Amino acid sequence: MHNKTLAELARDLKARKFSSEELARAYLARIERFNPELNAFITVLQEQALAAARAADQRIAKGEAGPLTGLPIAQKDIFCTQGVKTSCGSKMLDNFVAPYDAAIVERLKRAGTVMLGKTNMDEFAMGSSNETSWYGPVKNPWDITKVPGGSSGGSAAAVAARMAPAATGTDTGGSIRQPAALTGLTGIKPTYGRVSRYGMIAFASSLDQAGVITCTAEDAAMLMSAIAGFDERDSTCMDKPVPDYVAGLDQSLKGLRIGLPKEFFDKGLDARVGDAVHAALEVYKKLGATVHEISLPNFWLSVPTYYVVAPAECSSNLSRFDGVRFGYRCENPVDLMDLYTRSRGEGFGAEVKRRIMTGTYVLSAGYYDAYYLKAHKTRSLIRQDFLDAFKQVDVIMGPTTPTPAFGLGEKTDDPVTMYLNDIYANGVNLAGLPGMSLPMGFVDKLPVGLQIIGNYFDEARMLAAAHQYQRETDWHTHRPAAFA
Amino acid sequence: MEWETVIGLEIHAQLATQSKIFSGAATAYGATPNTQACLVDLGYPGVLPVLNKEAVRMAVKFGLAVNAQISGRSVFARKNYFYPDLPKGYQISQYELPVVGKGSVEIELEDGSSKRIGVTRAHLEEDAGKSLHEDFQGLSGIDLNRAGTPLLEIVSEPDMRSAKEAVAYMKKIHSLVRYLEICDGNMQEGSFRCDANVSIRRKGEAKFGTRAELKNINSFHFVEKAINYEVERQIELLEGGGKVVQETRLYDSKKNETRSMRSKEEANDYRYFPDPDLLPLEIAADFISDVKQTLPELPDQKRQRFVTQYGLSAYDAGVLTTSRELADYYEAVVKAVGSDPKLVANWVMGELSAALNKDNRELAQSPVSVTMLAGLLKRILDNTISGKLAKEVFEAMWAGEGDADNVIEHKGLKQITDSSALEQVIDKVIADNPQQLADYRGGKDKLFGFFVGQAMKATQGKANPQQLNDLLKKKLAG
Amino acid sequence: MSLSPDDVKSIARLARLSISDQDIPVYARTLSNILEFVAQLERAETDGVAPMAHPLEMSQRLRPDRVSETDQRELYQQNAPQVEAGLYLVPKVIE
Repeated sequence: MHNKTLAELARDLKARKFSSEELARAYLARIERFNPELNAFITVLQEQALAAARAADQRIAKGEAGPLTGLPIAQKDIFCTQGVKTSCGSKMLDNFVAPYDAAIVERLKRAGTVMLGKTNMDEFAMGSSNETSWYGPVKNPWDITKVPGGSSGGSAAAVAARMAPAATGTDTGGSIRQPAALTGLTGIKPTYGRVSRYGMIAFASSLDQAGVITCTAEDAAMLMSAIAGFDERDSTCMDKPVPDYVAGLDQSLKGLRIGLPKEFFDKGLDARVGDAVHAALEVYKKLGATVHEISLPNFWLSVPTYYVVAPAECSSNLSRFDGVRFGYRCENPVDLMDLYTRSRGEGFGAEVKRRIMTGTYVLSAGYYDAYYLKAHKTRSLIRQDFLDAFKQVDVIMGPTTPTPAFGLGEKTDDPVTMYLNDIYANGVNLAGLPGMSLPMGFVDKLPVGLQIIGNYFDEARMLAAAHQYQRETDWHTHRPAAFA
Repeated sequence: MEWETVIGLEIHAQLATQSKIFSGAATAYGATPNTQACLVDLGYPGVLPVLNKEAVRMAVKFGLAVNAQISGRSVFARKNYFYPDLPKGYQISQYELPVVGKGSVEIELEDGSSKRIGVTRAHLEEDAGKSLHEDFQGLSGIDLNRAGTPLLEIVSEPDMRSAKEAVAYMKKIHSLVRYLEICDGNMQEGSFRCDANVSIRRKGEAKFGTRAELKNINSFHFVEKAINYEVERQIELLEGGGKVVQETRLYDSKKNETRSMRSKEEANDYRYFPDPDLLPLEIAADFISDVKQTLPELPDQKRQRFVTQYGLSAYDAGVLTTSRELADYYEAVVKAVGSDPKLVANWVMGELSAALNKDNRELAQSPVSVTMLAGLLKRILDNTISGKLAKEVFEAMWAGEGDADNVIEHKGLKQITDSSALEQVIDKVIADNPQQLADYRGGKDKLFGFFVGQAMKATQGKANPQQLNDLLKKKLAG
Repeated sequence: MSLSPDDVKSIARLARLSISDQDIPVYARTLSNILEFVAQLERAETDGVAPMAHPLEMSQRLRPDRVSETDQRELYQQNAPQVEAGLYLVPKVIE
């Protein structure tokens, strides 16, 4: 049961091969078995999941089921879930029970999915290895000495080890695509504004976007159809019709113009990963696509731009965690200053503090123009590169990460080296474009991902490209042997 | 040494919307603490702001009323600082691109001349909550009901040269926002408050002196006192060889002094940046022209019209048009009476205003309605009662004893206009005072007043004065 | 760009973060590295480039002025560390 895709499970539920409750029990059993080793979940919702599954079974029995009714999923612990602890991977929110559901949670509940639990993540989504979580690092199911990537590392590990058939994630600078790549999964970060940010605890508001991590592009399309769409509670959410992503999966790739940015294939890239990209492109050529070398001349600015914009926004977004209305409060504060500095100093981990300080610095008097304003200009340049590229091509492809998963503890001492793991991802968020990662092979027995970058609101085409690649290849069907 | 005072005001007017600027929580004043603070107002994780259209409409209305440029594109920015009444750790405000640009208003000075005061800008922002300091064992209690209430911050040019000018400007803006019905103007509740930037310089000098910012002054009276105190303080400082430091000072109305605010000392690196949760506010030309349609007659226009239409003095017209309610009341009475707008003006500015002041009531709570006052004035005009007795009738109406006719009837105040009745009274007065009669007839004209007094006394003031005079003259002449 | 321990202390204070003395040099080093890394931006030619604050070229949507929230104080204050009489309590605010 657990090796099936979401689409297959949906068909089986509909055919009454098993009930939603049986399905939930099967995944809960796997969580019980494997989570102690992988640490993918912060909260497991045994009782709630079973109750939701039973409710789904009734819907199915009454013939009121939708395409997702009864399917179990895991939620990244960045999404507020009513009555359930929502920690964001932080000691700051270890005692926080959200009094409301995030838009994406609400939509998936309404669609009849069954929430199995809340997944581990880098603290406040700040990290690329899931090592900044207050709840401890998540292990990569392909090799437990390696990181699963981050920040949606718990979601990725949960799906890779089949403790859930699919999971939600968020991507501010690669946090869906990078862990999907490092764990052999399919991940999609939609266009900025495609999915409501309401109820998603903000890291960097102009970059954050919710998405999903699944086994296949088809599964991603199914979930995208449920989570995408307008929400009046988010001013940055676009009021634009949502296409039927599942129906669009078979649109022909004949004549699809694929752009290959030459800047992606530079010295930082593991040559074997580059080879895997080229092998994938051969598959696309067979499907009728054409490949064109393109240039993103300002690509080199994307990581430095990102590390001004994201920390600046996060420094302000995280000011609300002050020990007054919710969250961690230090013991016996002597005065207001003490309450603030110790609640925040003790409640936040080192990387979060580092980013808050970076952001505070780049926004402060005397540095604003040199850093923040400058980064907004380079952000313009980065977007313009993409706009120019999309005049020539339909999608852009390249590696998701420069290397396969790295070792636990390997990059924790050097933030800049860690940041560079998202070198191919950051620019996509800065421009607000949709991006995907899908499995394209193995390097050192570890999965590596092909990144697809689409034009604004062109998720349907990206998903179709991914889906048809997955019909030609079997990379997405491989399983980590230790968690069979 | 001759010093010149330079003042600029930042007025915060709470906009009279039903819901908050970025959330659907109510804005009503005086609710139980934290019952009108929703997730957005509390700065809960994950929730997001969405802008209230009415707040934008009101800001535009104000901009049009001060002849300002309305920005086609304005931007919300975050002002970052930590304070317990500021839940998110930042205030959503506007910084580089405000919704209302440069405009101006005219103020009237005591000598009758007028002066133009520049409005630098007006921008939309959210109000903070309140810290309460009583009864919590050395702790402060935070009420966030006010957090997120829409504010229009109206920034003036440093164009005012005395505390009196500052008060006149503040009153002008106060009158304007109430005319526009965008703010209830209630200063006690904090709906309308101001910060004053005060500096002094030597007469004739072009450069401004270092200024102090006086925070949160909530009455016209205190603005004047706070500025005057601050000017004295600065003069003393400079003349004593000291220096004014740029700082925020709090006015203490109990001690009538300003003092430095420790809490604001190091909080001045606000790290403003565009709020990524909100997109640029774009205001289309047709939105502006729609708002223009809803603009009422403004105080200056109304005053001019009162002078020409009702023949009032500029001063009277000015007083009657300070508030829209008063002007509307006045015009309604004029209409109901049908004549003598000057008489109506005297009563509205005289008896009515005095009574309101004495009881500390708003016009809306006046026990004497438009109809009641008009009824009374009609009885003066048709000679039913004298002007003097009318005041007694007014007092009775104020005390809730019924309308003018009821009171006149009940108290028997109706004027005696029956000649034969008056003649009887006069005859008796003359008969009772033979000596005075002789003296009068002997040339002591001044005694005429004595006879009038006696006759009035005998009629309890009800004699029609003109008729009484005529008859008395005739009788005394013999 | 190199930050001194005192720079770190003043940034931490502005951001209201307590940092232990032993951690100060670590932050000084890592923050300096980050700032040095982002200083590459200086090399970008940006004359005449309009700053981009937001990925979408959209304008702000306006919400009708309607009260849609009800009193949920009890629920919302369940997460609060210290409340009394419906108020959030903090150490004395000095003005």
